[in-house]
Amino acid sequence: MITVSGVTKVYGDTRVLGPIDLELPAGGITALVGPNGAGKSTLLTIMGRLIAPTAGRVTIAGRDVATTPGRELAKLLSILRQENHFITRLTVRDLVGFGRFPHSRGRLTAADHEQIDRAIAFLKLEEITDRYLDQLSGGQRQRAYVAMVLAQDTEYILLDEPLNNLDIRHAVSMMTQLRTAADELGKTIVIVVHDLNFAAAYADRIVVLNQGQVAHVGTPTEIMCPEVLTGVFETPFRITNHDGYPLAVYYR
Amino acid sequence: MHETVTKAPPAPVRPMAAARRPRLWPRFVILTVLAVAAAVLVLTWDIGPAPGTRGFWLIVNMRVVSVATIVIVAACQAVATVLFHTATSNRILTPSIMGFDALYVVMQTGLVFFFGADTLSRTDGLPKVVLQSLLMVGFATALYTWLFAGRRGDLHVMLLIGVVFGIGFGALSTFMQRLLTPSEFDILSARLFGNLSNSHKEYLPWAGLVVIVVLALVWQRRHRLDVLALGRETATNLGLHFKREIIVLLILTAVLISISTTLVGPMTFFGFIIATLSYQLVGSSRHWHVLPFAFLLGVVTLLGGYFVLRHVFYAAGLLSVIIEFAGGLFFLIYLLRKGSL
Repeated sequence: MITVSGVTKVYGDTRVLGPIDLELPAGGITALVGPNGAGKSTLLTIMGRLIAPTAGRVTIAGRDVATTPGRELAKLLSILRQENHFITRLTVRDLVGFGRFPHSRGRLTAADHEQIDRAIAFLKLEEITDRYLDQLSGGQRQRAYVAMVLAQDTEYILLDEPLNNLDIRHAVSMMTQLRTAADELGKTIVIVVHDLNFAAAYADRIVVLNQGQVAHVGTPTEIMCPEVLTGVFETPFRITNHDGYPLAVYYR
Repeated sequence: MHETVTKAPPAPVRPMAAARRPRLWPRFVILTVLAVAAAVLVLTWDIGPAPGTRGFWLIVNMRVVSVATIVIVAACQAVATVLFHTATSNRILTPSIMGFDALYVVMQTGLVFFFGADTLSRTDGLPKVVLQSLLMVGFATALYTWLFAGRRGDLHVMLLIGVVFGIGFGALSTFMQRLLTPSEFDILSARLFGNLSNSHKEYLPWAGLVVIVVLALVWQRRHRLDVLALGRETATNLGLHFKREIIVLLILTAVLISISTTLVGPMTFFGFIIATLSYQLVGSSRHWHVLPFAFLLGVVTLLGGYFVLRHVFYAAGLLSVIIEFAGGLFFLIYLLRKGSL
């Protein structure tokens, strides 16, 4: 379970987030959605201890992310940001191998190699395992980073816009794979997504943020209704039902 | 180029496999052989007494001091620069940008300015060397912990302030040098160019010991260094305390640079050339490849340069001047060709 209590983030004298109190149960996929500047990424990075909140605390599986030693936390929780600084002389396999660092401290064992192979296969990167990162497209690199996080094999996985840079085929396959990771491997996954329909189709619950506050929390069917969405996104919405899951139409 | 709308043939499995992972060990073997050859040449070339006689060994023993100094300086400069590049995730900076060399210059100039030129040679000895090194490391540590570990914790602000300190020290030195008498200035200048003959036998064991300890610490951290190179966020995600690791790296860098500087004087570009060449030649971004490679390359370059200068041009003292010149040129060419680092 991820517990966020009283978390705020202030830059200068602007409060960009909070105070936020939120509980996300273990298991399943939670999608954070909201307009630009709502604080989705800020909340996710605070949960993943990449930035410190101005006030409040986050516990994951009962452990405070601010005080738990990094080494232990790295076996419980992994987080991937949108932009990643990358080194050119590094192959996809090298990068995915870094995911094992919290477990093996750099000396990869046979079991580590097995995990790496599995992560590479999971994201269908077999064809490009030996390519250097600078020879990849943005989408391929994005998938390589997700594979690294999967190789880290943590119970909790936080992803900041994992669909960025991905074409439709890879976006669908990314979400399907995350769904599999949640269902078959029992991972707890929190993602920031912009595409509401992806969130509705794959997530178990949706958290809507607006102006730094939690506006709504609910299942896709509860969230995907014009009253909720129009208020938050200031855009007229129509919701249709497509094969049992809600679909938002807002293009014109 | 022909384009086709029919189904493309299946892509060959692992198309990049052939270009994959160049074998690394031959490069290391070649470099090691070169390093040993250069050392043997420097030790034994052009000795008057016949090999094996007492006179021969006496001269070899004297030359061992130079070779040991070169090996220590090469290790310090090469490793420190690579660590600095990793810590700042930038391959264009050198540790001297943080005002190390300038601090050394201002200390020497201050000595002459306040106590007269003869103080320089009168105070020579282990205590002064230790004090100088401690001052340089202390300065760096204070700067890093104050600026980087503090609340703001911005690496770029820290680097900028380091540069400003460097300029400040430089200006202060220039000011004091203006007021010196020409003869005092002459004595001082001899100290301010990296010079392999500045080195003294009695410091070497101590310098060597400290360098070995630092290198052992670095080697122990080699896997962490690779993770740190992935950037703050990824390194934190993988469980490293990023700020603490960076500060440790910067302090180790400071120790290495201060040893090299107190042994032979400032060497601005040497570390940069060696590190940059190593990244290009070693074919791996892993620190356990890059660090030993850079060390070996440094030894080969310095010993080779020393040999050529000493036995071809008969001008041993000029080595660091030549290296600075060649290094500066290389730096410019590299920057212009690559456009970015």
